Parts: sequence; structure tokens; C-alpha cells
Amino acid sequence: MGELFTWLNDQLLRMQWLSDFVTWVLADGFGLDMTSRVAGSVHFFIYDVIKIFILLSVLIFSISYVQSYFPPERTRRILGQRQGLGANTLAALLGTLTPFCSCSSIPLFIGFTSAGLPLSVTFSFLISSPLVDLASVILLASIFNWTIALSYVVVGLILAVFGGTLIGYLRLEKQVEGFVFQSPVSDHDNDGQISRRERLAYARDQVSDIVHRVWLYVLVGVGIGAAIHNWIPESFIAATLGQDRWWSVFVATIAGVPMYADIFGTLPIAEALVQKGVGVGTALAFMMSVTALSLPSMIMLKRVVKLPLLAIFIGIVTVGIIVIGYLFNSATHLLI
Amino acid sequence: MHIKILGSGCQKCLALADNARAAAKAAGIDVEIEKVTDVVAIAGYGVMSTPGLVIDEKVVSSGRVLTAAEVEALLTRV
Repeated sequence: MGELFTWLNDQLLRMQWLSDFVTWVLADGFGLDMTSRVAGSVHFFIYDVIKIFILLSVLIFSISYVQSYFPPERTRRILGQRQGLGANTLAALLGTLTPFCSCSSIPLFIGFTSAGLPLSVTFSFLISSPLVDLASVILLASIFNWTIALSYVVVGLILAVFGGTLIGYLRLEKQVEGFVFQSPVSDHDNDGQISRRERLAYARDQVSDIVHRVWLYVLVGVGIGAAIHNWIPESFIAATLGQDRWWSVFVATIAGVPMYADIFGTLPIAEALVQKGVGVGTALAFMMSVTALSLPSMIMLKRVVKLPLLAIFIGIVTVGIIVIGYLFNSATHLLI
Repeated sequence: MHIKILGSGCQKCLALADNARAAAKAAGIDVEIEKVTDVVAIAGYGVMSTPGLVIDEKVVSSGRVLTAAEVEALLTRV
């Protein structure tokens, strides 16, 4: 049983067959010396790009199918029926079902707030939504392992619940632009009740939408990963971001905050960093800060909330990510 | 009649705009189609999932590309 799981994991998730196939094509087909740097980079690039696109398409399709049961209007109704920590936890969990990019966070923020959902619940959802989604979990399992993937989900959810709760506790309603509360509440949806054919069509549309949106990030991310993998000296990386440098998590997080990229584009960078001896916590902190916070999403959020709330939101998430990074680094022996 | 298509310029919004135009033509109704792309303006209609369809300032659908026949039914009902 254990062997079967390992085999399935290696072939389906890690796609060992693909790695072997790429090696075979490069070595036998093009006569490249596979121990050379160029061949190593080319192999990393081709293998990762194909692997990420296969996993991405399959995963987005399955997740979108599930997500079709939970349109934002229904999510809002479900969350409106609960209170306290339960509502925050549910918001964080429902956030994982949404492969929303930060571009849809403004309509959701206004839609949730104008309908009377507390800020704490809305922020739990907004933090969890870009940070943790099922596709990124499976990809993490594929690139690292299941322990890291599941730990990532758990700490991501905790950050979402905690961050949202803290924002609620600070009573910042006055820091939301007035027009948000006056926006009308529209309820033109189907409550997730659509036919299977419509769900399949929706899932297929989502795959093409998301692939269109992220393909460039994936290529750039894998390109950077391939460069790190074979061209940047290990000693340089170790000296700047190495495990024993106390500032590594801090630097990785702050560098990631203004960056805008999809989690699928950042994973290959994290992968290459870890292979170069960067702590898992440092790599994850970088990934989390790139995906959870970005300059474009901050500029968008600024239109609906006032500066103090925006600063508090950024502050809580950044500090949370840094703490998570150090936790993961100090628990590395349990994870790998 | 005044039709607004809410959506930040995605494929689906274009498809909905095309269907709306076809529907108006089929119904023989004179319409003016306007695209609303600003996210805050879209959210101002209470719409969370795009594309949204607004007929004479009233939101009639969101999160779905209606077929031309569906839009036509909405146009003639109003």
C-alpha cells in the first residue's frame, strides 16, 4: 500500500516519467551532456513548464467544478449566517475554494461589506483566497512533499483566521470608504444550482481563463528558477538567504510584498531556492508574500479602504508571514 | 434602451456584449450598449461576479454569459 502510494505520488504528482523523458530527449535526441549546466537549465525549464501546465489544467478544472457550487453570492449568504470565530474559519475555508486573483478582491470586498458582513470575516476571506487554494497545495506536494503542503494549508488558514479576527477586534469600520456601505446588494445568481453541463462548461472556461492569465508568470517563474538552479553560485545564495542567516526570512518576505505574481509562477522559484540550500520557511515566506500581497492589489484596495486600515492589513499579513517563515525554518527537520 | 455590460474587458464580457447586440437586433429594439470596466463602478452595482448585464440601470444578470435568446427575453419583458 505504502509502495503503491509512493509510486502514484512519484509518477502522477512529481511526474518522474516526464523528467526521465525530457532527459532522454535531451541526451539521446540532442546529444547534450546532462551533467552540463546548460542541459541542467534546459531540463529544469522544459520539465517544470510541462509539469506545471498539466497539473494546473487538471487542478483548475476539478476545483472550478467544486467552486461552481459556491458563487460569491452564496458564499456571502453562508457567511452571513454565522458569527465569531466560526465565521472567520468558514471564510478562510471558503477562500481556499476560490482561485481568485487579487483583481476580483475589490468587487468581493464591496459586495461582502455592503451586505453587512463584518470586516473580520471579509478579511479572513481576502487573506485566504489568494494564499491558499487547492491547486497550490497539490503543486506544493508535487514539488516538495505532502508534509510541507499540508503544513502550508494549516498555517495559511491560521493566518487568515487570525488576521481577520484581529482586524475585526480593532473596530476599523470607519476606515472603510463610505460609498462601500451604500453600495446596493444585488442577488442575481443561481445559488449554485446549475446543471452538470453548465458546471463542466464553467470549469473548462476557468481553465482557459486562468491559463491565459498565468502562463507568462509561469514561464518567467520557471525561467528564474532554472537560472537559480544552475547559474547562481550556491555560496552566494547561502550567504544571502541561507538557513543560518537570521535575516533570510525577513529579506525574502519584504522582497516579495510588492511583487505581483501568481502562486504558480512563484513555486518554481521556491523550488530552485530550496535545492540551493535556502530554508523551506524562507522559500515559503517569499511565496506567501508574493501571492498574498502585491502593489497592484494594494492600489486597488486603497480605493475602498483608508490608509490606516490598508497599513494594518499589510502589517498583519507581513508579520504573520515572517513568523510562519521562521517557524518552518526551525521545524525543517520535521518537514523534509 | 440603455444596456451596460459590466466586466473588466474579459472574453466573456465581449461575448455578452455581442449577444446583447444580437438580441436587440432580433427584438427590433433600439439600444445603446455601454461597457463598464472600472471595478469600483462594477461593484457599485452590487455585482461580484462578472460579466454583469444592466438594462436601464437595473442589474438583470451576473456571473454568466447569457445567450442572445435570454437577453431578448429580458429586453422584451421590461
